[in-house]
Order: sequence, then structure tokens, then C-alpha cells
Amino acid sequence: MTQPSKNKSIEIQTTSDDHRIAKLAAFAIGLHLLEAVLPSPLPGVKPGLANIITLFVLYRFDFATAAWVSLLRVFASSLLLGNFLSPTFALSLSGALLSLAALYFAQYLPRRYFSAVTLSLLAAFAHMTGQLLVVRGWLIPNAGVAYLIPIFMAAALVFGVANGLLTNYLLRINPVRLDEDKG
Amino acid sequence: MVKPSKWGKPSLGDVLVILFALLFVAYLFKSLWHNEQAAKLQIRLGDKIYATYSLDQNRNIDIQGSIGVTRIVIANGKARFASSPCPNQYCVHQGWLNHKGHAAICLPNQVSMELLGGKKPFDSLNY
Repeated sequence: MTQPSKNKSIEIQTTSDDHRIAKLAAFAIGLHLLEAVLPSPLPGVKPGLANIITLFVLYRFDFATAAWVSLLRVFASSLLLGNFLSPTFALSLSGALLSLAALYFAQYLPRRYFSAVTLSLLAAFAHMTGQLLVVRGWLIPNAGVAYLIPIFMAAALVFGVANGLLTNYLLRINPVRLDEDKG
Repeated sequence: MVKPSKWGKPSLGDVLVILFALLFVAYLFKSLWHNEQAAKLQIRLGDKIYATYSLDQNRNIDIQGSIGVTRIVIANGKARFASSPCPNQYCVHQGWLNHKGHAAICLPNQVSMELLGGKKPFDSLNY
């Protein structure tokens, strides 16, 4: 701005880790927003493309970075979409937390036999479970939701496998860590 | 033959996990999507079974729960919460239930109803 500011500028010390997390979270937020405008046959049935980023980060970096990226994505996307602290946000957060929990354990599976497809599938199921728990416990506390569970889980299966394949593909065409190829 | 692609070969563990997931989803469909007609209605009050009724009758049942009287109606093989003293009325809005395994709960008044399947088939053959 051309106006002289009376405020002293505040500098926040950032590390390269912070930049990396921010950059990766931005990818995830972009995918999340893209998905938010796609029509969905049933509320809650979504491809969950942002999880590809979470998985990619888990493979290329570590679990902590993946957790940061995933949770930042949930919070930032909800602020951008205007549903922070709304039921949609609660669904998103509970899903993300449970799928991170699943990934925390799944990351120790032998890589030789289990690729990102397994991790993605487990994360998708955990994500759905987290959402259904919120729906059952808070939003629609009657047994009527049980009817929709098979549809939700079938969607989690399809999208979980698809996202896993995409993650494998991304990992293959990006054999170098994102921060290293920039020097 | 397909050229070796960047997608790679699916690993053994992945295939097994996908198969298990398919079985799991199939099981969910089977257990939650049957449309077997129910034959009996079981009502619970608190943690005890209050009563079990046949759905083969038309009848109103009034149950004194912890905050008031809940009325459950059985008619034409279906059952529903007709009225309840609870504030949110989730149980009433759930409407008529007629499939085995369906349930409705009124948490504030601690009344729940669950539809049970019929007797074993040979019972009806014997009598």
C-alpha cells in the first residue's frame, strides 16, 4: 500500500517446514473447494480428492506434516466456504480426525505389500465412520440413518480405491521430494 | 499386452484389502437392506423390556416414561411413535416402521421400540 502505515510491521518467523506445510495445504484446500461446488447425489458422498494430498504428504514427508496439512485444509476450507463450526464443518473435522487416526496405524504396514491404495481405502472408511458417528450422535439421532450406511460405505470403497490409485500415480511421477527439486 | 504404465502393479496386500472391503460393504447391504416384514414389536423402557406385541393387530399402547406418556400405535402390520412428551420429537418424525430390525428411540422419555422378525417358518406350518 502507498499509505504509510502507523503500525509496526509484525514479522512472524517461519521455517521452511511451515512454508512446505502451507504450500501443500493450499493444494488440498484447492481440491476441497473444487469438490464443494460439484453436485453430489447424496450429502456426504464426495470423492475426497483432498485426501490424495494427505496421502502424498504422508509418503513424501511424515505423519505430522500430513496431519497438519489435513487439519489446516479442514479449517481453512470451512472458513472459505463459510461453514466454520457448522454441522458440515463438524462432519469434515470428525472425518479428518478419524482418517488421520487410521493412517497413523496404517503407515506402519509393510510398504512392499500395501501401497497407497490400502491406506486410502482405510482412510476413506475411517472418514465415513467419523461422519456417521457425528450424524448418529448429533445431527439425526435416530436409527433411520442405518439405511444409508451401505451407500456411504460403498462410495467410500470406490473413492478410496480411486484416490489410492491416483496417489500411487502421483508418487510415481514425482519421485523427488517437492522441496528438494527447487534446490 | 498393456504397456508397463506409471500406475504400477497392484500389490498383493492392496488386492486383499480391497476384497475385504468389498465383502464388508456387501455384508452391510445384506444386513441393513433386507426388506423382511417384521412380525413383532418389542418396546423397551429404560434398560428393561417393557412388552412385546404382535404387529398383527390394531392397538394403541401408552407407556409411562420418565418425563411423561408416550403413545405407540400398531396398525396394519406397522408401528410408530404417535406422540411423545420429548422436546425434539425425533421419534415421532421417524414415522411408520414395518421392516424387521428397524428401531426408533425416544431418548428423553427412555422409550424405544424395535421390530423383530417372525417366528421360525415351521411354527406357522405346524399350527
